[in-house]
Amino acid sequence: MSSASPSVPRDTLIHGLGRGVINTVCLLGDLFLFGWEMLGWIITRLPPRSNLWSCMYHIGIQSIPVILITGGFIGMVLAVQSYDQFKLMHLENQIGAVIAISLVEELGPVLAAIMLAGRVGTSMSAELGTMRVTEQIDALRALGADPIHYLVVPRFLSCCLLIPLLTIVADAVGILGGWFFSTQILGVDSFYYWHYSEQFVYAYDVMGGIFKSFFFGAAISLISCHRGFHCGAGAEGVGKAATEAFVYSFIVIMILDFLLGVTIVNFYHFMQTVYPGVIR
Amino acid sequence: MNERTADNEYVIELRNVSRQFGTQQVLRDVSFGVRRGETLVVIGESGCGKSVTMKMIMNLLQPSEGDILWNGRSIADRSARELHRDRLRIGYLFQGAALFDSLSVYENVAFGLKQNTRLKTEDIDQIVVERLREVGLSESISQKKPAQLSGGMKKRVGLARALAMTPEVMLYDEPTTGLDPVMTDVINELILQTRASRPVTSIVVTHDMSTVKKVADRIIMLYPLARLNATEEQIVFEGTAEEAFQSESPRVHQFVHGEAGDRIRELAEAS
Repeated sequence: MSSASPSVPRDTLIHGLGRGVINTVCLLGDLFLFGWEMLGWIITRLPPRSNLWSCMYHIGIQSIPVILITGGFIGMVLAVQSYDQFKLMHLENQIGAVIAISLVEELGPVLAAIMLAGRVGTSMSAELGTMRVTEQIDALRALGADPIHYLVVPRFLSCCLLIPLLTIVADAVGILGGWFFSTQILGVDSFYYWHYSEQFVYAYDVMGGIFKSFFFGAAISLISCHRGFHCGAGAEGVGKAATEAFVYSFIVIMILDFLLGVTIVNFYHFMQTVYPGVIR
Repeated sequence: MNERTADNEYVIELRNVSRQFGTQQVLRDVSFGVRRGETLVVIGESGCGKSVTMKMIMNLLQPSEGDILWNGRSIADRSARELHRDRLRIGYLFQGAALFDSLSVYENVAFGLKQNTRLKTEDIDQIVVERLREVGLSESISQKKPAQLSGGMKKRVGLARALAMTPEVMLYDEPTTGLDPVMTDVINELILQTRASRPVTSIVVTHDMSTVKKVADRIIMLYPLARLNATEEQIVFEGTAEEAFQSESPRVHQFVHGEAGDRIRELAEAS
């Protein structure tokens, strides 16, 4: 007797791949619409000042200790790792230039952004996720407030404004940390440390790092708020949203770092060709 | 909201409303209405779509099919500005009160007024104090955060917040869930008191039969779609509380008398 059981479609690798592509496209589309709605609010009506200050305090002031520790230790680690190689070439006095350039161009903005994605981004997504799970976001709508205007705009503006400032702090503390270890422990002359730092680090490098950090801030806030708003049910959903916020922010920071790095370098070469000596 | 509605017309009406989440259908072709000043209680088992119905009435969710009307006019026909304006005339007491964690009791109750009116701070203060008193809370708790309140206090603050905007329609989503019997009765009394003190139309979603007995003018009972045939109506009962308790329908009888029946076996089979 032949069995006439209904044929259940098998979930093959192609199905999984297709589903993954569709989900990614949907996620990106949804993120774009989310960002678009938020930009609409920024243009038409800013959030209450008290709300903005509260977010700025949480994102900016409360992140300072983490940034000081991260920046300081990165500077010292750079000094430790570079010193031996530079000493072999008798260039140990120029260690300040390497530390300063590495920090202002790459490590300062990227590591500050990653630290803040961990501290601020996960906290934002968990907070908004909890608000969603406990119907507080619905309650905002029921009371005539738009949740994107009330919750997302202040977080986005705070991140865009303060993450560049925190990056400057991380750069400065990193350079100081590098100076401290190089001069006090490794015996590099303080004069040369600052001399070569000044000689090799251009304003364009510093501005490039700050420029990147603005985009990192925008990406962290947008992704984290989006994940919080689309959080699944229960404690598991909130935890997953916080994890996704960090992982997605990290990936986007890396992609943006590459793309913006290429853009900044090409822009520099372009300007040097068209207006030689204008940018330094 | 009240300008277009005669007394015998529905203030809130659902017409052939269905709602689906992905592949799971929660509501199918549901129609009912609530008249001005009436208290309609929606009962039914967990998962039958009661809270989803309330959220669709508040326009926090949109129906997959069908239409929801406020004062005889479809929500879908309203502009965003009209929706915003008219939604403020509906108060919503959420299941878990949904108080904003980061704000104090005062800020929670004053939230709608600050967002949507240009009242002076003194006037807002006065309204907040009045609403807190109305629900039996003193001014002394106004600076406390929601985390410092008991479940019953949270519900009462949520009610004060919903009443602060002087709504014409009140939606209560499981107002007594998780409360002790005394506090349950306090909330029931507050629902009655709210209706007695102002011309408010109420919809109460609950599976608490003491609430049903105490506050209902009329009841409808929703039944989970998973346990219905494709041709059966999802509203399995409509009538008064007395009629519900005397109903011979096995589904209604089982629910209102809280009898497990064969449910354990059915649940085991379903899982």
